Amino acid sequence: MELDINKLESDFQARIDAGENIEPKNWMPEKYRKTHIRQISQHGHSEIVGMLPEGNWITRAPNLRRKVGLLAKVQDEAGHGLYLYSAAETLGISRDELFHQLHTGKAKYSSIFNYPTLSWADIGAIGWLVDGAAIINQVMLTRTSYGPYARAMVRICKEESFHQRQGYEMMLTLCNGTPAQKAMAQDALNRFWWPSLMMFGPRDEESPHTEQAMQWKIKLKTNDELRQQFVDIAVPQAEILGLTIPDPDLKWNEERGHYDFGPIDWDEFWQVVKGNGRCNKERLGARVKAWDEGEWVRDAAMAYSEKKDAKKEAKKAS
Amino acid sequence: MTKKEWPIWEVFIRSKNGLEHRHAGSLHAADAEMALENARDVYTRRQEGVSLWVVESKHIVATNPAENGEIFEPAADKAYRHPTFYVLPEELKHM
Repeated sequence: MELDINKLESDFQARIDAGENIEPKNWMPEKYRKTHIRQISQHGHSEIVGMLPEGNWITRAPNLRRKVGLLAKVQDEAGHGLYLYSAAETLGISRDELFHQLHTGKAKYSSIFNYPTLSWADIGAIGWLVDGAAIINQVMLTRTSYGPYARAMVRICKEESFHQRQGYEMMLTLCNGTPAQKAMAQDALNRFWWPSLMMFGPRDEESPHTEQAMQWKIKLKTNDELRQQFVDIAVPQAEILGLTIPDPDLKWNEERGHYDFGPIDWDEFWQVVKGNGRCNKERLGARVKAWDEGEWVRDAAMAYSEKKDAKKEAKKAS
Repeated sequence: MTKKEWPIWEVFIRSKNGLEHRHAGSLHAADAEMALENARDVYTRRQEGVSLWVVESKHIVATNPAENGEIFEPAADKAYRHPTFYVLPEELKHM
């Protein structure tokens, strides 16, 4: 049977337009596969690298309640990374190759994790803002066209709201505390606000993949739409905390029914993406170290498994 | 280095007794015992289940979507397999 590529592509688009999901063994354009590998792996890497800035504070949590909460959250991030890696692997890339791409800098992860966590309040700000921004993106992705990715998102979204709530509660506690504690919370907001807005990616007019991604229902909303949604949700949350969002241009626009906000420093964004953020080297260094130093454990576990199998076979034979 | 990647396992969870095991996702593990331990940590952190199955992915045999027509379409024109195909009087309730 001769396969007509145009027919395959139009059938594929028709299935997507009809709201069908694409599953691993279905035919898909090579670019759809590659775009998904890039996006899902980048998402997975963000979960894994995202453990580092928070893990930094587990041993210094102010009390046991905070400590078990943060520990559980960081463990969730590990789980989320694993769900996503599994989804990426259904597209024909191996786990080792995924790690290789991260470790060599070929694959990216969210720039937000290249900012340092300087105080305990940063952990609150990350839960509130960074997880809040991630939730907005991930809720959209529960309806993405690739089945394994969408299912991973459903699972992740169910678990993610605890992350945001624990972060917001931390901020609330600090804001109801001493003036010094409230100042800590404000300082964390000051440093994490703009990087959180950058999490949604470049402006629509500078995001060349958006059109194709929308056509294939990889994305259902543009970067700017998601960013606006985030701002509209976060502003009243900051008001409840009694904190000031560090943007003099931020104000309600009655006509649009949205908050207007000031310009984002895209130079900073691209600098961090290119590897020149405060913590890029440290984060990647920590991942490579963990991978290299874990090699003997992975090999030993495999050798033990093979030895057990060989023993079983020998027993059967005798 | 000639190391081998840990194989992939599929994970199935029974959420409570009385319900079937359902596919939850996959993971890597060196052997079955480790696959169960990892499945517990990755997929049941919030009381999602009372029983776990793991099976190495390579052992699963699946239909090929390219053959979906011949496999699944024959069922499409067999309305007589469904209860609504049979016309019964209004006054007959509960059948």
